[in-house]
Amino acid sequence: MGFTYEQVAMFAQQSVTIYFFVLFLAILAYALWPKNKEPFDHAAQIPLEED
Amino acid sequence: MSLEEGGFAVFLGLLTLLCVLLAGKALDPVFAFHATIGAIASAAGVYLIVKAYIDRAGKEVPAEINGKPNYNYGPIKFASIAAMFWGIAGFLVGVIIAFELAFPNLSMGLEWINFGRLRPLHTSAVIFAFGGNVLLATSFYAVQRTCRVRMPGLVAPWFVILGYNVFIVIAGTGYLLGVTSGKEYAEPEWYADLWLTVVWVAYLLVFLATLWKRKEPHIYVANWFTLAMIVTIAMLHLVNNAEIPVSFFGTKSYVLWSGVQDAMVQWWYGHNAVGFFLTAGFLAIMYYFVPKRANRPVYSYRLSIVHFWALIFLYIWAGPHHLHYTALPEWASTLGMTFSVMLWMPSWGGMINGLMTLSGAWDKLRTDPVLRMLVVSVAFYGMSTFEGPLMSIKAVNSLSHYTDWTIGHVHSGALGWVGYVSFGALYCLVPWVFGKKDVYSLKLVDWHFWISTLGIVLYISAMWVSGIMQGLMWRAYTSLGFLQYSFVETVEAMHPYYVIRGLGGVLFLTGALIMAVNLYLTITRGEAEEAEPAGALAAAE
Repeated sequence: MGFTYEQVAMFAQQSVTIYFFVLFLAILAYALWPKNKEPFDHAAQIPLEED
Repeated sequence: MSLEEGGFAVFLGLLTLLCVLLAGKALDPVFAFHATIGAIASAAGVYLIVKAYIDRAGKEVPAEINGKPNYNYGPIKFASIAAMFWGIAGFLVGVIIAFELAFPNLSMGLEWINFGRLRPLHTSAVIFAFGGNVLLATSFYAVQRTCRVRMPGLVAPWFVILGYNVFIVIAGTGYLLGVTSGKEYAEPEWYADLWLTVVWVAYLLVFLATLWKRKEPHIYVANWFTLAMIVTIAMLHLVNNAEIPVSFFGTKSYVLWSGVQDAMVQWWYGHNAVGFFLTAGFLAIMYYFVPKRANRPVYSYRLSIVHFWALIFLYIWAGPHHLHYTALPEWASTLGMTFSVMLWMPSWGGMINGLMTLSGAWDKLRTDPVLRMLVVSVAFYGMSTFEGPLMSIKAVNSLSHYTDWTIGHVHSGALGWVGYVSFGALYCLVPWVFGKKDVYSLKLVDWHFWISTLGIVLYISAMWVSGIMQGLMWRAYTSLGFLQYSFVETVEAMHPYYVIRGLGGVLFLTGALIMAVNLYLTITRGEAEEAEPAGALAAAE
């Protein structure tokens, strides 16, 4: 239980920064993954394919 | 009677009784007035539910007709007309307060039309009444069409739209009668805040239920932006309006936060109202209506995904730039500035995505004034999201803050981006939901476009000059180290620009009136959409 405010704050700040950064890289990989091109091309057509 | 109809009827019935009780025990006249509005609105709700139940005579509303989704357009029609009405009201109040600043005696000493009361009426009317109804209408349309399914519920979609407009009436009349919580863009008092929470949760549930029932496996990007808007606004609303009423029978309440924490919560709310209501919500319109009108898919769907997540990650941190050089700690101020500058990337990514959707179809800008309005809105989005980060830099902010430059910046975003993207969307949406081929007159749209554009240019250039002059005058020193100008001298110097700004507002309002006439004629006299071509005819083609 011997944590100071500074220790907790530092852990929270650093770990969440890394977490968000890695999460964003994962999103970037998802968006740019070559295999995903086809489903995305289809998704772009959704508004135009309505009846 | 279905569980939904019965549930809403019982809820609204109980609410009527509660409102009557509150009106009877009210401690101040405005609370009694608002409780009466609540009682009448709830009772009207019960009446409408029962009437609709009797009218449908036990028949279910079909989810599909001839294998095609039977989209629910009724609430969308109401919200589009309400948006037009509130838009004109909000622009008119804006013009009045613009001239009150130029001619301070204009309010004639009447407290109800004093600048302090009309200003929140103007901001709420344009942002939440006009913008909110546009968002409700367009999001209900786009989510149904891109999910290819009728949105669920007989009562719930109507409850969202009508309940939201009751909130607007309560908030707006409250401002005129002097009831305010004093928080910018969150002025409604505790009971109005509670009611908005109920309505907003219903909005979220209707939206989620539509996504849940979707026939199209992929959730189109416009719906992501709308969902982010709904969820984030709910969070901001609840935290910023965490308040305790002095009495359950009176209007006044006090917020839980105090001091610099309150200021920070307020601008965390305030800036994300811009970021999620006025940006994410209207970007959903861009991602649906620009491709539809241009008849081309969005330039890069991949970019739209990166745009979405980058915007969501960054915007939420930008609030502290409203509090540079205050009691806010320096690190928080720097954090807000840094994230604001980083926002350049997703903002311009989004702008490029919207503009480049037209690549190969630029000629349509010449022939289709509705598409031109949508595209110019995206250009204004790019301009104001360039200016915003610039102004968040501390050195620039030390000149621009508290001056008219801020007002000019806000209006290039509000009139140019939010206004034009909404106008463009309504010009598309109204013919679609009322079963017409197109708007009644594209020529009138052209007039609207040019008159309003002239108005915006007058407005923002007057405010740039006035704001920068004001900032420079405030910081001018004589050789002896005294301030060179008294405050009233800066006010006097700004007078001509205030008149120009007011005239710009008059032009913008004129454009909106032309639009209202055009939409009215579209609904009443527009050429009906052609019936589905017969199978043989299509084959022969």
